[in-house]
Amino acid sequence: MSGADIHVIVGIDLVQISQVASSLHKLGDAYVTRIFTPAEIAYCSSNPIVAPSRFAARFAAKEATLKALRLNDQGLDLRAIEVKQMPGGWSEIELHGAARDLAEAAGWLSCSVSISHEGDYATAVVAATARKPLGSQPKPTPAQ
Amino acid sequence: MSDEIGTKIRDILAEHGRLAKDISTLSDDADLYQAGMTSHASVNLMLALEGAFDIEFPDSMLRRSVFESISAIRTAVTGLTAPR
Repeated sequence: MSGADIHVIVGIDLVQISQVASSLHKLGDAYVTRIFTPAEIAYCSSNPIVAPSRFAARFAAKEATLKALRLNDQGLDLRAIEVKQMPGGWSEIELHGAARDLAEAAGWLSCSVSISHEGDYATAVVAATARKPLGSQPKPTPAQ
Repeated sequence: MSDEIGTKIRDILAEHGRLAKDISTLSDDADLYQAGMTSHASVNLMLALEGAFDIEFPDSMLRRSVFESISAIRTAVTGLTAPR
């Protein structure tokens, strides 16, 4: 496969940390367990001071992934998109079940995430490489 | 609209929808995302609806159009609370 057969798809999201803190307070376990995987919950909850920031950044990463998947009003469990915390400090996206199926159907070859938080906001950018759909290549111009 | 369900939905929206407009000024068909509801607020709304109506939205219903208006939410809630 040549580089011309691959394209990059980007998704971004921004979340207000105070809104996530409010949700944690108002909705508690129902909020956490419906959106986040057990590993995400364990990591985010390990430091109560930054827990809202960590949850917010992960929510942003899940939404950024949804945007990159270019879903056309298709339902998806947010827990099928998991943010893995790597020992080096960076994060990676792991897709499960329906999310993985959708990514495969969209021709995804890889995906990468970067998350950040500052003040009252958390953000995430997801970039995926994907095979271009058949027929999307421009036709070569005939030689003059 | 019956309007215990409609009133309940509006109350939940007022608390969890983070709308930029007063809920009383919105028609049942008004686009809630255009009224300022974020994706995060829509998840909060979904969880609050589940708690209030004792229902659970299946994965297939966790999509934008289900929460885009009061009418759409009522259709979803009514379907999930209907006797089987």
